[in-house]
Amino acid sequence: MKRRSVIQFLGFMALRVCLYLVLAALMVFLYDIGKKGGGAISWEFLSKMPRRGMTEGGIFPAIYGTFLVTMVTALLAVPMGMFAAIYLNEYAKQTRITRLIRLSIRNLSGVPSIVYGLFGVILFVNIFKFGTSILSAGLTLGLMTLPWTITASEEALKTVPNSYREGALALGATKWQSIRTNVLPYALSGMLTGTVLGLARAAGETAPIMFTGAAFALPFLPKSLSDQFMALPYHLYIMATQHHDLAKARPLAYGTALVLIVFVLGMNMTAVVLRWRLRRKRKF
Amino acid sequence: MSSRPKIEVRNLNFYYGAKPAVKDLSLVCHEKKVTALIGPSGCGKSTFIRTLNRMNDVVAGTRVEGQILLDGESILAPKVDVVELRRRVGMVFQRPNPFPKSIYDNVAYGLRINGLRDRDRLDEIIEKSLKEAALWEEVRDRLRENAFALSGGQQQRLCIARTLAVNPEVVLFDEPCSAIDPIATAKIEDLIQRMKKDYTVVIVTHNMQQAARVSDYTAFLMMGEVIEFGETNSIFTAPANKLTEDYITGRFG
Repeated sequence: MKRRSVIQFLGFMALRVCLYLVLAALMVFLYDIGKKGGGAISWEFLSKMPRRGMTEGGIFPAIYGTFLVTMVTALLAVPMGMFAAIYLNEYAKQTRITRLIRLSIRNLSGVPSIVYGLFGVILFVNIFKFGTSILSAGLTLGLMTLPWTITASEEALKTVPNSYREGALALGATKWQSIRTNVLPYALSGMLTGTVLGLARAAGETAPIMFTGAAFALPFLPKSLSDQFMALPYHLYIMATQHHDLAKARPLAYGTALVLIVFVLGMNMTAVVLRWRLRRKRKF
Repeated sequence: MSSRPKIEVRNLNFYYGAKPAVKDLSLVCHEKKVTALIGPSGCGKSTFIRTLNRMNDVVAGTRVEGQILLDGESILAPKVDVVELRRRVGMVFQRPNPFPKSIYDNVAYGLRINGLRDRDRLDEIIEKSLKEAALWEEVRDRLRENAFALSGGQQQRLCIARTLAVNPEVVLFDEPCSAIDPIATAKIEDLIQRMKKDYTVVIVTHNMQQAARVSDYTAFLMMGEVIEFGETNSIFTAPANKLTEDYITGRFG
């Protein structure tokens, strides 16, 4: 009796220590970036162009570029991901082929992002002749995000009880009516959360955009979707490793890292808030 | 008790994959009467009732043979509009399945998907349906509340009201009381009794007393086959088949 409770106590402690270690690592990491990057943050840093070979001035073009490219990513990945999930979960017959498709989608989410980057160069830059541009980079990121949005959306649809579908059908609803009015409203919170998390991940990616549209430095803001752009993750990569005067660029690199983290964290928080607000409406 | 046949089932076979669930089933459901289907678990009674509004269409890997006629017209023919069929043949499920909407919106659901938008007309039909389902007095002041706040028995009566709102001709009950308490069950049985004034009712139940209380005709099923079918009175007082007698006297099942 005594022995068993000792074992249980030690087991719980071990689990708790693991959790604290993970949290501590994250805290140290955020603290370090906050401390070293915080000093660089100023209104000028957020709103101005870089100056003097990116050793002074701001990172506004990178913020702007990341925002634009994320929009393009969302325009591709959100509707397509949701529609594909609706088809897979609601319409497709559960045959060997649909299982194969589902398996492929799961596997695609594990493909390294550099592979998506090279694929994007071939497909969007060369074959579709979109050039190295916001459009090409956004679509590449969109392709990379699709498996995540499809999977998250499908899981969300699965949480809606079948009795809602049957109940609607039994009242003379068409299949689409039952899905639109009695399934989607209750799956939406899960779908959106998964989607926004996928987008946040895409916003922080470097490899898929570095060959498809991100520029080392540009003296002007992009004017259309076919222009090249600067982006936060790529800018950080340059400032941290490729700059001609790394020592001078270091504080700005930390500042960039801080802005990128806040950007991604902000998106994740949006997902949490969205989920919370929509959850209040569902009662099952 | 003579009346027009509303539903005629002839030599119906139903398969899940290669496994037969209903075998060579024939029976008639008379108009504005209550027909009960009884039998041990897994005898195919739920599968059968779900063929009457083609709810089994949504289950993958099923196959149906034979004929089902509604007012003399086949409902299994490929050209049949299943959506229209389900509006004419409503269904109340085993577990109460209100939608996570207000009481009002639950009853309005079937009307709205059929294109009714007029507020006054909606109000009117919803009040009438809730009265028909003997729920109006309990919910008249809380129509905007979420249906999940109702008790299990009230939820089931709400589902009945929702079904009646689209004005069906036939109402199918698939073990409607298996998930609710005896007092709520009595209310629903009472309701079914009164419903046959306007509707043809088919009810699946594993509760023999319930069949005896509410139905005019009873079919006893075993292993997917009709063992005996006839007027409820004679089935329960003078069963012709030994198996029926054994089942209703509680010797098995």
